Amino acid sequence: MTIILNGEDREAAPDITVLALLESLGVAPGRVAVELNGDVLRRADFVRSTLRDGDRVEFVQFVGGG
Amino acid sequence: MQTGTLTIAGRSYPSRLIVGTGKYPDFDVMRRAIEASGASMVTVAVRRVDLSRRGGESLLDYIDSARITLLPNTAGCFTAEEAVRTARLGREAGLSDLVKLEVIGDERTLFPDNEGLLLATRILVKEGFAVLPYTNDDLVVAKRLRDAGAAAVMPLAAPIGSGLGIQNPANLRILLEEIRDVPVIVDAGVGTASDAAIVMETGADGVLMNTGIAGADDPVKMARAMRLAVEAGRLAFEAGRIPKKLHARASSPLQGIVR
Repeated sequence: MTIILNGEDREAAPDITVLALLESLGVAPGRVAVELNGDVLRRADFVRSTLRDGDRVEFVQFVGGG
Repeated sequence: MQTGTLTIAGRSYPSRLIVGTGKYPDFDVMRRAIEASGASMVTVAVRRVDLSRRGGESLLDYIDSARITLLPNTAGCFTAEEAVRTARLGREAGLSDLVKLEVIGDERTLFPDNEGLLLATRILVKEGFAVLPYTNDDLVVAKRLRDAGAAAVMPLAAPIGSGLGIQNPANLRILLEEIRDVPVIVDAGVGTASDAAIVMETGADGVLMNTGIAGADDPVKMARAMRLAVEAGRLAFEAGRIPKKLHARASSPLQGIVR
């Protein structure tokens, strides 16, 4: 299936969880925020949120800024 | 000599200086500059994770979260909707309700969009955020932001990153006279230590800066200079300066002069 991750199409295993996707990409789940189809997910929900074809997902983090 | 603390949304911060974390040559210089500034709060931006770089270093590895509060910003947002979305993501990333709200209305000057700023402030206050809006040095907008429930108002001294120092001291004085129930923190435009001292001498509750420190030839040294300037300016404000006079007033006794 294809999801849109950070604005780009990406192949993902069907029903993959947000946590598994983060881990597969080497992203530490403790320091990111995740938005799924426009809604912010709570960190505790990463493990039970499964993705579907066409889902729009954002992984964001803190960077330097003023 | 203590200069009192900066209280925002019921929480006290020992330093009246808030510093940014952008534009440093590297994370280590940033870490040392934050340390030298004595800041107890630092701003951070919220951006997409770069998925092409696996396991890169994080900014957060260089910030002592036990002593320093993160203030996520909504920099780069041009609409209330974008800013609200970014604020919500920042809250989840940092697990704190503080947000430095920016809604920009003009690309070249980065001046705030008053309408969008007010709208986003109202939405975020309703959602429980402690909103610190970056605003013009405009009393009417500042009052509306306060009335909308902002936890502070943050008027600019000059355009972001310009280093021009305070361009409209009279506006800042008026604002400080009128806005008494939430902190007024001057945000943006400070170029060097004297600019920060003047802001604090005027009576601002705090000052927020990034480029003035990060862009200096020696950011760590400038961070120390800013710390001293903010403390000196605040002390001078609390001490109460002498009135300005056109003519001389002798400092030594006029009696007993040897003639």
